[in-house]
Amino acid sequence: MSRLSVRKTYKLYIGGAFPRSESGRSYPVTSPKGEFLANASQASRKDARDAVVAARKAFPGWSGATPYNRGQILYRVAEMLEGRRAQFAEESAPVRQGGKRAALEAVDATVDRLVWYAGWSDKIAAVRGAANPVAGPYFNLSSPEPTGVVAIVAPADPLLGLVSVVAPVIVTGNTCVVVASEPSPLASITLAEVLATSDLPGGVVNVLTGRQAELAPWLASHMDVNGLDLTGVADADLALRCEQAAAENLKRVLRPAQEDWTADPGIGRMTRFLETKTVWHPVGI
Amino acid sequence: MAIFEYAPAPESTDVVDIKPSYGLFINGEFVDGSGPTFKTINPATEVPLAEIATATSDDVDRAVQAARKAFGVWSALPGAERAKYLFRIARIIQERARELAVLESLDNGKPIRESRDVDLPLVAAHFFYYAGWADKLEYAGFGTKALGVAGQVIPWNFPLLMLAWKIAPALACGNTVVLKPAETTPLTALWFADICRQADLPPGVVNIVTGAGDTGAAVVAHPDVNKVAFTGSTEVGRIIARTVAGTDKKLTLELGGKAANIVFEDAAIDQAVEGIVNGIFFNQGHVCCAGSRLLVQESIQDELLDSLKRRLGTLRVGDPLDKNTDVGAINSADQLAKIRELSEIGESEGALRWSPACELPERGFWFPPTIFTGVAQSHTIARDEIFGPVLSVLTFRTPAEAVEKANNTPYGLSAGIWTEKGSRILWMADKLRAGVVWANTFNKFDPASPFGGYKESGYGREGGLLGLEAYLDV
Repeated sequence: MSRLSVRKTYKLYIGGAFPRSESGRSYPVTSPKGEFLANASQASRKDARDAVVAARKAFPGWSGATPYNRGQILYRVAEMLEGRRAQFAEESAPVRQGGKRAALEAVDATVDRLVWYAGWSDKIAAVRGAANPVAGPYFNLSSPEPTGVVAIVAPADPLLGLVSVVAPVIVTGNTCVVVASEPSPLASITLAEVLATSDLPGGVVNVLTGRQAELAPWLASHMDVNGLDLTGVADADLALRCEQAAAENLKRVLRPAQEDWTADPGIGRMTRFLETKTVWHPVGI
Repeated sequence: MAIFEYAPAPESTDVVDIKPSYGLFINGEFVDGSGPTFKTINPATEVPLAEIATATSDDVDRAVQAARKAFGVWSALPGAERAKYLFRIARIIQERARELAVLESLDNGKPIRESRDVDLPLVAAHFFYYAGWADKLEYAGFGTKALGVAGQVIPWNFPLLMLAWKIAPALACGNTVVLKPAETTPLTALWFADICRQADLPPGVVNIVTGAGDTGAAVVAHPDVNKVAFTGSTEVGRIIARTVAGTDKKLTLELGGKAANIVFEDAAIDQAVEGIVNGIFFNQGHVCCAGSRLLVQESIQDELLDSLKRRLGTLRVGDPLDKNTDVGAINSADQLAKIRELSEIGESEGALRWSPACELPERGFWFPPTIFTGVAQSHTIARDEIFGPVLSVLTFRTPAEAVEKANNTPYGLSAGIWTEKGSRILWMADKLRAGVVWANTFNKFDPASPFGGYKESGYGREGGLLGLEAYLDV
């Protein structure tokens, strides 16, 4: 007799914990063929606000950590993900084309993407900072700093796409609230399990599953969110409304885009959510 | 003042298993050297630790050939793959940190507190940092073309850290290396060879050849070496610069120093005293950027020297493996002789010598923390690098005089400034002809921060984005 498997309950990831939605709602997730996979939590406005609170609370510690420390932690995430390579491939195979082999390649590319960003933690300032030769007896130095709490609407690619939008935001010291892909949210919660066991402080990454059209506008209008990444918003009208709402407190916005996640990521996703701070100091006896 | 006794707190050597003899590491294998073997000893006890091979010029040639062969494969690897090898090496160093720290203290004589808390964390961080550059070279602005085979010769004061400074950026940029560790401190480099094997680094990417000056000279002179990197004395640096003259070899040199540590009357005295102590007694003063000249503003000279002497009375000199030890053993008999000679010259030229009362072990190479006051700029001990725990104290009245005296040296590696006034720090920093200037701190190192000298302290920078330039065909 074959053994009956014990299934996982997919919940949210907020402040380092895995709560169900406070609304008690869930929605069925199916494979592209229509097979039932699991019930995912359907996060509410209240969950989104809790997630922003958690992200804000984590911001001072995370942005104040040394870049070296943040790099070590991102690299640790890569190590943990590599260790769960088979699990991720198996979980994502039903929801993507190309089957198991393509799924494994996607996991490998995701690990490598994390390693790429891990290395940026203590280098972005060397590339984007400057000693400015002002015409006067002043020391003048510009350095990049994280913008704060960033809300991310993740793209449909459930793992590589997700990590490709989250890693560049957090490596520089931002914290984030992620709305996972609505049709394929399960990998994001399994990724949260990886994050939770990688020395990443709770609250740095918060993951909401649910309806994009319900959650994104609340985050776009939230006055304690500093940046908004709309990459995963396919509905042009929703994207427009979100960008307009974001104007209220002048969130830094990354507009929706069709991205090839296997291409060289460049540094644009990091720099979009960086501020530049310039310090002046007189020089004299 | 009540004096309480310290109980010994020795670090166990059980974590280190030293074999009776070691060969050369060429093409991923340990092989015998063709030259006569020599012993590496524990400078704290004079007990031999292991028999070490000497690489002759034929051996060096084999190492360069292995590196040349590996260069094709290594430089053609995608940067992201090279990065992952370097991250592996960084992680293995972290995993084996205690073993390497104990080994470093045994072979070098430095206090375990320093090898454990300074050397090893910096070694791992350096590999971690340059690992991250391997797939980001196009963002650094020096192109992405590797040079080829790098011949690297390193000193005995920070054996594994200097290895990291040399090997990590070289490999990140796609070069392969032949490295010669110092004659008196070869062990951690040989352990590093084993780490390369644990990391499955392709054979020939890293080759370690041990020996004395002749071996180093063979590495530098080899016609198939594209890049020479040397850390050591200015005297040898000049010889190397002459050797590579007329060739296509790219050269970086990190040489001696005679840094001024400048203390103004408004400085926080207690912090300044700690900085002075750290500046010259860290690593027994075997530091090229050591703050070996204290320039103190005349108005606070007495107060500062009183505090400094009181503080020196609390330094613990002795067993490097004791976790209480502040100052360990001098690295070699030769170095001890040099420190003694220069100190005697200091006295004969009229400076006043002072050391705290301290009991030195009977065996091994030891020199007490020493201060010379009444030093003039013309004195030998104000001009020559002593490379030991010996501080020369000079005074100044105005910032301009401090700058004048600080820059009055053929060296230009580092300098220290102690004042509570920010604008003065920056004014002084502008005027000082030195590659690294520390303000209200001293002897700080980080892989993200470039290090290197002006003038006869050498050229080229190690560390940071700028450290990549030395290993790319710019």
